[in-house]
Amino acid sequence: MRLLTLQRNFGTWLTTESAGIAARFGEEARPGLAVYLNNYRSQLLSCLSTSFPVTRAWMGDTAFLAAAATHIERVPPHSWTLDAYGHDFPETLRALHPEDPDFTEMAALERDLGEAFVGADSARFDPAALGDIDWDRALIHFVPTLRLSSVTTNVVPIWSAIDALETPPAVVRLPEPETVAIWRAEFASRLRALTAEEATAVDELREGQTFGAVCAALVERHGEEQGPAIAGAFLGRWLSDQMVARIGA
Amino acid sequence: MADMNRFGLGLRKPHYRDFLDDAPVAVDFVEVISENFMIEGGRPLDVLRRVRERHPVALHGVSLSVGSADGVSDDYLHRLRRLCDAVEPMFVSDHLSWSRIGAFNSHDLLPLPYTREALDVICANIARAQDTLGRTMLFENPSSYVSFAGEMTEWEFLGTMCARTGCELLLDVNNVFVSASNHGFDPMAYLAGIPADRVRQIHLAGHSQGREKLIDTHDKPVAAPVWSLLATALQRVGSVAIMIERDDDIPPLGELLAELDTARDIAAAPARRAA
Repeated sequence: MRLLTLQRNFGTWLTTESAGIAARFGEEARPGLAVYLNNYRSQLLSCLSTSFPVTRAWMGDTAFLAAAATHIERVPPHSWTLDAYGHDFPETLRALHPEDPDFTEMAALERDLGEAFVGADSARFDPAALGDIDWDRALIHFVPTLRLSSVTTNVVPIWSAIDALETPPAVVRLPEPETVAIWRAEFASRLRALTAEEATAVDELREGQTFGAVCAALVERHGEEQGPAIAGAFLGRWLSDQMVARIGA
Repeated sequence: MADMNRFGLGLRKPHYRDFLDDAPVAVDFVEVISENFMIEGGRPLDVLRRVRERHPVALHGVSLSVGSADGVSDDYLHRLRRLCDAVEPMFVSDHLSWSRIGAFNSHDLLPLPYTREALDVICANIARAQDTLGRTMLFENPSSYVSFAGEMTEWEFLGTMCARTGCELLLDVNNVFVSASNHGFDPMAYLAGIPADRVRQIHLAGHSQGREKLIDTHDKPVAAPVWSLLATALQRVGSVAIMIERDDDIPPLGELLAELDTARDIAAAPARRAA
């Protein structure tokens, strides 16, 4: 058997457990093939369990393990890094549990937190430099790990409660979808729900608008007194949360 | 030569704090899994940087897939190169195995047929890897549970591979024991057959008895027959870096350091005999 054929057959065996494929390796290979099959599946299951502990706690072991088994059957790993294997797990949960969007959203939060944990480093903005900034023209550069996503359920307080080993609230649908920010501050991944107005401001700044332009939009909506105060409160929170890497012109 | 041996441990998460404490850990080097640090940033890389300030580091990969019939990944190699540039490792190693074919990556160290065709594939892949990394790599003999019809033994394959590519060897003594048991060859013949002058590093680990095969589980102390094989191996090889791998049921660091002392005692024995 040519090497390429052997390797394709072996890969097919691991992903399908086909008796016909196994037979191509001979009867004496069967015990060893079973070892490799067990290694393959148990490693992927371990990867999903390690990557999604809060999702597992929220779904319950039975539902989580069934979903993991389905994922392993449907989605063979393709990246060189095992860390990437869980990337599509939220989509598997969406397909398996369309009536439970909290499962999908919880898994997406955990995935994004995990990816932020090993995302690119950045300098931390030095508050001492605040005095030198021309705020009208200032461009705010958020940390490279910052990611915004949308949730339709109260998964953020549920996640926080489970992570803190507290009793989580019951799941509820939100009246409106909510934006969640996930980023890494120093070495810890963090998440927080944003108001619609704050999410818009972050989006506009990430698209390259100046802080002055964002401030002007807030003034238009809230008036000369409230607009700048709201913008200032946003900025203060971003700085204290270590979401800002750099402020430049 | 035995007094030139170095002794180390695999650096694993439960022991990060021990390795970063004020009191130095009594090892000559640590080894890390390359892929765990082929990342953009964050705490793992910070830990590695700080450990590297205290100890030489060996990079040990599991995903190069040097036996893949369709070649090795440029993206992977360039990421590994970046890590090498940052860490300046004492060794860069991976396994005599394959993991990936096409878009499928098994994340396991799968067995190769020891054929001339496979040898050609591996030598070409090793040459490309060493060119990209700008350095000689070490390759580890795997534990295996299936053997294919071949044209040479594993040790003959390793010898020719080293001669053709200039690569060196990471001799995993536990893997010799496990594969010898699973496939019925003589581990002494294996140790006698490998190119001993190419061995730069030695791995030790524990294994478990599966239903029909010994399994390389890294979840137990090194077994007595493996210590005996180490003694034999050390009579053949030159100065090497000897270390213990533990990846599951990881005990407190002190237990692994005590186990490493056994390796030191065994390594000292040939020197005493020679004296």
